[in-house]
Amino acid sequence: MTTAVVVFPGVNCEQDVVHAVNALGGEAELVWHRETDLSDFDGVILPGGFAHGDALRTGAIARFSPAMAEVGRLAAEGAPVLGICNGWQVLCEAGLIPGAHIANRDLSFICRFVEVEVVDTISILTRTAQLGQRLRIPLNSYQGNWVDPSNAGRIVLRYVDDPNGSQGRAAAVSNTTGNVVGVMPHPERATDDLLGSTDGRVLLESFLHSLVPA
Amino acid sequence: MKVTVTIDRRPEIADPEGTTVRRALHDLGFTEARTVRMDRVIHIEVEGDDPEQVRMRVTEMCRQLLANPVLEDFEIEVSS
Repeated sequence: MTTAVVVFPGVNCEQDVVHAVNALGGEAELVWHRETDLSDFDGVILPGGFAHGDALRTGAIARFSPAMAEVGRLAAEGAPVLGICNGWQVLCEAGLIPGAHIANRDLSFICRFVEVEVVDTISILTRTAQLGQRLRIPLNSYQGNWVDPSNAGRIVLRYVDDPNGSQGRAAAVSNTTGNVVGVMPHPERATDDLLGSTDGRVLLESFLHSLVPA
Repeated sequence: MKVTVTIDRRPEIADPEGTTVRRALHDLGFTEARTVRMDRVIHIEVEGDDPEQVRMRVTEMCRQLLANPVLEDFEIEVSS
């Protein structure tokens, strides 16, 4: 079962994601954003970075890439779709996750480990984690402040402190069915002792366990 | 035709940049600055000479790309 890691111009975490997925026994492949057919893939990860240089709004241009039509189709079919950091912003712009992102409350670019708590295990990011489990994962973003006036997003990870003003202290949000998830901290950067934490493993393992052959 | 699109963040959505600029203005003694909102203005030159047609097309541009309906409202001004 293979996961597509979609590469938009300006993303910079795609290799980390591929490395982490492969290290956990999964199979991930880089896919250029102009790709029009993802039918060989069983799941999708949109990696972090600065797609199209964050022009206009984060994720605003990327959502119109040809690959995103396929991501929408896979999401509608129930396949696991995970957006990490900038990838979550793309999912919001595409309407696959409710809400949008604005600048961090204190206008600081936050680059440090944060602690998050698992508050919902329905999602493809949290299904093999324990409710109430606390995880230490690096946050690395400026526009991490999620707002959702519709209150339709389902928070699955919550910051223990409140680093950026995100609504409901949301660190990860899923759609109602749990197969599409956006997460602001980077689980792929907490998958090896060398990186200072392995707490991201359970999240990526949840994703890999959620894959069903296409 | 020349079109000016103003993208306003909805009043109920926080504006951390605006809050910071307001604080800086107050530090400089401009305490009369009650609120500051960092809205965006986009200038577009559009082919065509029918203002209503141009307005319709630019409205569609705003709906599809230029404004985020979760956060923002937009206003369109068309001039020749």
